[in-house]
Amino acid sequence: MSDLEDLYQEIILDHNRRPRNFGPLPEATHHAEGHNPLCGDHIKVLLRLEDDVVREVKFEGEGCAISKASASLMTTHLKGKKLGAVREAFRAINHLLTSQEDEIPELETLGDVAALQGVRRYPVRVKCASLAWHAADAALDGVVETTTE
Amino acid sequence: MSRTQPPPSPPSSGSASASAELNVARIREEFPILASSTRGKPLVYLDNAATTQKPRQVLETLDHFYRLENANIHRGVYYLSSQATASYDRARARIAKFIGARFPEEVVFVRGATEAVNLVAHSFARPRLRPGDNIVVTHLEHHANFVPWQQVCHEKQAEFRVAPVTDAGDLDLGALDRLLDDRTRILALVHLSNALGTVNPAEKIIALAHAKGVPVLLDAAQSLPHLPVDVGALGCDFLVASGHKLYGPTGIGLLYGRLEHLDSMPPYQTGGDMIELVSIDQTTFQKSPARFEAGTPHIAGAVGLAAAVAFLEALGLEAVARREDALVSEAVARLEGIPGLTIVGRPERRAGAVSFVMDGIHPHDIGTILDSENVAIRAGHHCAQPLMRRLGLNATARASFSFYNTAEEVAALEAALRKARSLFH
Repeated sequence: MSDLEDLYQEIILDHNRRPRNFGPLPEATHHAEGHNPLCGDHIKVLLRLEDDVVREVKFEGEGCAISKASASLMTTHLKGKKLGAVREAFRAINHLLTSQEDEIPELETLGDVAALQGVRRYPVRVKCASLAWHAADAALDGVVETTTE
Repeated sequence: MSRTQPPPSPPSSGSASASAELNVARIREEFPILASSTRGKPLVYLDNAATTQKPRQVLETLDHFYRLENANIHRGVYYLSSQATASYDRARARIAKFIGARFPEEVVFVRGATEAVNLVAHSFARPRLRPGDNIVVTHLEHHANFVPWQQVCHEKQAEFRVAPVTDAGDLDLGALDRLLDDRTRILALVHLSNALGTVNPAEKIIALAHAKGVPVLLDAAQSLPHLPVDVGALGCDFLVASGHKLYGPTGIGLLYGRLEHLDSMPPYQTGGDMIELVSIDQTTFQKSPARFEAGTPHIAGAVGLAAAVAFLEALGLEAVARREDALVSEAVARLEGIPGLTIVGRPERRAGAVSFVMDGIHPHDIGTILDSENVAIRAGHHCAQPLMRRLGLNATARASFSFYNTAEEVAALEAALRKARSLFH
């Protein structure tokens, strides 16, 4: 598989075309907007927490296929997770996107999100993939605006 | 010490005839990077509006300067320093002539167009602005010719006015004219839009402004490499440009200002080399251009930029413009044939660049897929967020051309875009 096919795996293209959990979430308890000043893309992540569990998570905004697919995959991944597991997922995605090692132990725990592994061969696109995750992290910290810089 | 001659002049079309065509194959040989490949694919460089590649004449001039002429200027009494000073002064004179300035002293060396705009905002506009005055810019501006004016207006409680563009990406000249009044302290105008390729009728707009007593700064960062530019014919009060977009080094640019303006302006930065006399109580400053060149300037950069200008002059700006117009027309025709692709902006006159979007493919993804074919384009907001917002876009993809590009490269662009489309559909 070429680097390009590795980046734009079918699952990424699918989530780009048909993003899951896209739209408003009026009953959100946490939200944050992530900006990528490099390209002007912005993704807002909205979460509804109940008893430290992510009951619902949605996203809005504009972005490239990588940032949109990553946001979409993230929402499916985080739904139903406890806060501790959410923080662990943030750590795992960060390693997935930046590791230069051949073996990535997190792949198994990340499920479909592992499709983002091709991004690490494209350093200029890592911020696209991490945008939504940064925003979700900021939202849970009570910050409403964040950037990838 | 060696008295080696500076590098030879570039391949010209053989005569000064305006109808002569450029020998592109030979010209490309002067640009070492154009022969490079990545992952087995030859470089197709279509991001010339971001920065241009450097000809051997510029590279060798820089090398020659640092190897054989390097010394600080305006200081030493020794031979080498006087030679370096002479080279720096010659560079200024050459560049002044290139843009049609009356005197070399009307050219100030700066880091780039951005610094030049900031200098004029600080030293020309700021002291003149009173609450209730205004500054006019346009919706086509690069952030470099937008933010400095916005900020000085905020600081001085002046009104920041933005002249509108049409959906086609042309300035609305009637609306622009109505924004200019007796409280307008300066009009800052782009000559050639980096984002859309729009060529503004600068001469006409400058005449409009002058009829109302409004001085004009022209951002020629994009136009200087593509069009014959003559500050005398244009009549602008200031003109700014960057060396690296003009086949010269990074870190060097120019501010042209009418001498009567420059000599009336306070310094932008203070320090060495720009003073007449310094005492504990006060300092008096030199006249332009020294007044605006505090500290050791980018001497090699200025000398390198003069070499770039000499290279362009040998090609002939008329021939360059014709060649690039043909490439842009070819690109527009090929891009129009790609399903789902929309060209952004249909200006009355276009030069250098074509911006576009594709259904269902974000410009960044276009950029990455084109990169896999080693086709280099720009994707993003082009440092023109207000314009993007006006056009209802977040970003576009942009191909921008130089005389050294070829029809084959335009075809490679089209093929790579078709690949992007098939990957995403």
